[in-house]
Amino acid sequence: MLDIRLPMGLLFLVLGVILIVFGLQADPAIYVRHSLGQNVNLLWGVIFALFGAVMLWLVRRARKR
Amino acid sequence: MITFLASTTAVASSASGVTLQLATVDYLILATYFAFVLGIGWVLRTQLKTSSDFFESGRSLPAWICALGFIGANLGAQEVMGMAASGAKYGIATSHFYWVGAIPAMVFVGVFMMPFYYGSKARSVPEYLKLRFDEKTRTFNALSFAIMTVFSSGISMFALAKLLNAILGWNFDACIFISSAIVLVYIYTGGLTSAIYNEVLQFFLIVLGFLPLVILGLQDIGGWEGLMRQLGAYAETKGMPGAWSHSWRHLGDAQANPIGIEWFGLVAGLGFVLSFGYWCTDFLVIQRAMAARDMNAARRTPLIAAVPKMLFPALVILPGMLAIALYHRAPQDIALPMGADGHPDYNMVVPAMLAKYFPNGLLGVGLTALMASFMSGMAGNVTAFNTVWTYDLYQRWFKPEASDAHLIRVGRITTVVGLLISAACAYAATRFNNIMDMLQLVFGFVNAPLFAIFLLGMFWRRATGHGAFFGLLTGTASAGLMHGLTLPTGETAGLLKGGWITVHHTFASSMAQNFWMAIFAFTGCFVSTIVISLATAPTRSDEELRGLVYSLTERIRDDDSVPWYARPAMLGGVVLILTAGLNVLFW
Repeated sequence: MLDIRLPMGLLFLVLGVILIVFGLQADPAIYVRHSLGQNVNLLWGVIFALFGAVMLWLVRRARKR
Repeated sequence: MITFLASTTAVASSASGVTLQLATVDYLILATYFAFVLGIGWVLRTQLKTSSDFFESGRSLPAWICALGFIGANLGAQEVMGMAASGAKYGIATSHFYWVGAIPAMVFVGVFMMPFYYGSKARSVPEYLKLRFDEKTRTFNALSFAIMTVFSSGISMFALAKLLNAILGWNFDACIFISSAIVLVYIYTGGLTSAIYNEVLQFFLIVLGFLPLVILGLQDIGGWEGLMRQLGAYAETKGMPGAWSHSWRHLGDAQANPIGIEWFGLVAGLGFVLSFGYWCTDFLVIQRAMAARDMNAARRTPLIAAVPKMLFPALVILPGMLAIALYHRAPQDIALPMGADGHPDYNMVVPAMLAKYFPNGLLGVGLTALMASFMSGMAGNVTAFNTVWTYDLYQRWFKPEASDAHLIRVGRITTVVGLLISAACAYAATRFNNIMDMLQLVFGFVNAPLFAIFLLGMFWRRATGHGAFFGLLTGTASAGLMHGLTLPTGETAGLLKGGWITVHHTFASSMAQNFWMAIFAFTGCFVSTIVISLATAPTRSDEELRGLVYSLTERIRDDDSVPWYARPAMLGGVVLILTAGLNVLFW
């Protein structure tokens, strides 16, 4: 009998971008109220996007082989 | 299985007292995830050519995907919600469900049992029973498994709808309809491959979605030291000093630990009978390993899965421990609702932690991970159900000469019917909660003795079909008898809690009763299978048993090209050493 890393990489890249954009726009007060004052949306948005990018790089590397 | 199932209904029955306010960004994250889920099924639909593609992924998947599917199928709401609740209720001893109640069995199935499941070319676990024993044993197992899977899927559906209704105010009927429609579309179009791919997606979503919860919680409580200090003080108030921060130290006496079990009952009941009965014989997880592309990949599937599994307590149990530590530090620190018994409602630990630590944005990720876990529980059960129904019941009893295309059509219709029955079960659960609890109890009776016939079937060639079939019935009766003669402390005798014959013994907790019931069921089945087998003629010749029984099967030699770290025996040994290390570390 699709390389799962392709949709997975795309999904986490998109989720990461959404979190980064929202993290840059949101009122800092929500982080004081919820996450010990840290902009967790920005931080985890970057982590999600990096994870997605690594997955897509692995797909590209596999295709080149 | 009974323990795992029970936690889902508990989650559902207590969904109240925590509300989450979603923003546009959260809905955007939810919509993005489900668009990808449906997209995967849609892309895969063109790649399904045969019934083997639909039901077995064409036996073509690499080990790492099967491994993540293997634990993903088990990563339902019971795990994410139930284990966090247990973390709050029992502390670090909840890790026994992993380091005693999962890892050894996963190593055993990978090293010793997968060669028979995969090598026999059986398409399902009941089909292996047919090859090894006879048709009646297969049909008994297939029927009980099929009923149990749609029922479990319905319970997941009910729990999801009840939870979303309580914490978000979403309409119960709409939750049932949307969740079953999404699962239906991606299973109907993409078959088992779609289910496994989505389990992989969901695995990473849960890991990355719940990790911030643990990190923020630990920062808030003052790190590991602060957590242990608060849990120590909390355990003092419960009259069990140190019991929340040590896994083994307080198991000498059932009264000295919050689980209410002594070490032998835990090791034999959970660590052997229930754990091996689930991980080594339940087609829901075995199906993922059987989708692997070769024997080595099939054997490595549960072994690779064991690595993240042994680390999962940090992700799913720790939030519960953090919640109870925060609650003990200052009840206003976490909005943990009170249960009817006057204690904190442990089942609401995860929603309460999400509400406390996740702002909009990350809240959408956490909620998506939570919903994905419920839906993977449904999807895993539905894919196992459609395979067992199509191959073991429909093809065997109604249309043995069915064409390949016909089997795919039946599989798809079965997916629709399975989800409709699941939805009916979900609605039944809203009206007849006691009947649902009763059904779970009966499934516990049927499942507990199952491992005994697999153990004897694979490692004793003299075991016969009559021995296995009547052994199963005897084991089930043993479980029922044990239940009728015992009762957990503080419960009233009755059909549901036990003691309905007479109360001969009282256990410290219902979990202890479950573990000992499993021990009795296994013993009853094991002994009676041996006795009946010796009294009946063998049903299979040695030639027919080749590849199905250990002593008659040639040992598998790993190809020289397989590196040392990818050899199942080596991998299994490393996993067991690491697990033993974790047990010692948190002794």
